[in-house]
Amino acid sequence: MIDVREAVTQAHHEEWARVVAALTRRFGDLDIAEEAAGEAFATAVQRWSADGVPPNPGAWLTTTATRRAIDRIRRENKRDDKHREAQLLYDDDPPEPLGAIDDERLRLIFTCCHPALAMEARVALTLRMVAGLTMPEIARAFLVQESTMGQRITRAKAKIKAARIPYRVPSGEDLPARVSGVLAVLCLVFNEGYLATGPDTDPVRHDLTAEAIRLTRLIRALMPQDGEVAGLLALMLLTEARRTARVSGSGELVTLDEQDRGAWDAALIAEGHRLVRGRLASGVAPGRYQILAAINAVHTSAPDVRDTDWSQVVALYDQLVHLDPSPIIALNRAIAVAELDGPEVALAAVDRLDDKLAGYHAYHATRADLLRRLGRSQNARAAYDKAIELAGNTAETAYLTRRRDQLR
Amino acid sequence: MQYMVSVIFDKAGMATPDEQAAIDVFNDRLVAEGHWVFAGGLGAPTTATVIDNRGGEAMFTDGPFLESKEFLGGFWIIEAADLDVALKLAAEGSKACNRKIEVRPFR
Repeated sequence: MIDVREAVTQAHHEEWARVVAALTRRFGDLDIAEEAAGEAFATAVQRWSADGVPPNPGAWLTTTATRRAIDRIRRENKRDDKHREAQLLYDDDPPEPLGAIDDERLRLIFTCCHPALAMEARVALTLRMVAGLTMPEIARAFLVQESTMGQRITRAKAKIKAARIPYRVPSGEDLPARVSGVLAVLCLVFNEGYLATGPDTDPVRHDLTAEAIRLTRLIRALMPQDGEVAGLLALMLLTEARRTARVSGSGELVTLDEQDRGAWDAALIAEGHRLVRGRLASGVAPGRYQILAAINAVHTSAPDVRDTDWSQVVALYDQLVHLDPSPIIALNRAIAVAELDGPEVALAAVDRLDDKLAGYHAYHATRADLLRRLGRSQNARAAYDKAIELAGNTAETAYLTRRRDQLR
Repeated sequence: MQYMVSVIFDKAGMATPDEQAAIDVFNDRLVAEGHWVFAGGLGAPTTATVIDNRGGEAMFTDGPFLESKEFLGGFWIIEAADLDVALKLAAEGSKACNRKIEVRPFR
């Protein structure tokens, strides 16, 4: 029985997206695909206990889900729409070769991450349809009511149908922009896991970071040539590698310079470094995720914080500012500048961002730290107060509070 | 599949000659590529009259049904295979008429 549960769980991880994608392709309806896939997995729990785990769980699940979908459509057809059944009867496709099925998963991802959907709907839909998370799981992850999350997904599916958002991998010229849209969704899932918000939430939500990495790995497998996909995966791995060192036993954020580097996950770091080196070797100009990954590679290459090659970090940020002149990038660049040219130079750069970042906790936390290092305790205290007021992450709040209270 | 492509005005004033010329080029393309169904520009909201005949006696009210800073200035009805095609055309339409645009499918 334990084995069967494990087999179903594993199949769920490996096959959910494939089953949903195959059914969506065949029936042209996300609702039917989702419901039938859910039923197939529920059936698997019973049948596999009685009959044993089938030799090819993925094929079994797709076949079972397809039957369920046809049953449902027939039931509905009895009530109205007759011609749909006629369509189904001749549609008896042979099983698709593996490559084509992989394409179907990509279709599913691009449809769920379509720019005509609201960002929060894209995130929810991707976690439901591609990652196979349940509605309560997704609702919990984003701290909203289950009914709210349900409505969000239902509305998104209805829009896909009514506005005819295509079930298709975008064509050549549209692809880069659409891939970056997909990566933005994955990045958001990862960040919410890495810096979870809310007073009653764990500071790091491993379920979300793991899910984001799993999805990014899937996209990497489907689009191995895409540099930004590799870059984002490397960025996630190098960040995830530091996860356990990032929060102390008492639930306080541990900043990069104070982390126990021996606690970093060496395997994840090695994999991340390999990806970064692969991109460097490609000779193709890097996008923003690749540069961010390279910055993280520099940090994770230093056995001690004092070994960090800060001029390299600043040079990479210069490259990034060129691609993405956002104030948040400028803020992070200033943090590196503080190590290279001192806190005074960095503070001047940070202060120039005031009108754009006044509502962002990291802006005030950065100022507070720089002011503290310059011995300007009074100003540092005010900046810590502001940062604490704006920070949503429990570990970060604890860290900032201790730092403030240590000021003399 | 047909989509209504609405042109949203956020300030009074009709299209400038340059905008009109760009719209003409865009319209020709819609026709040439088989997307054209219908299009038109509308008079200002101040020229609208609202009619309510639900109560048996038709009531006429001067002005638009909704007073707002943004209003419908014109529209295209286009034929497109799916939303991606419609969005691409709408993006070009927005550039041509130099206005924001809303795309909505017909039921």
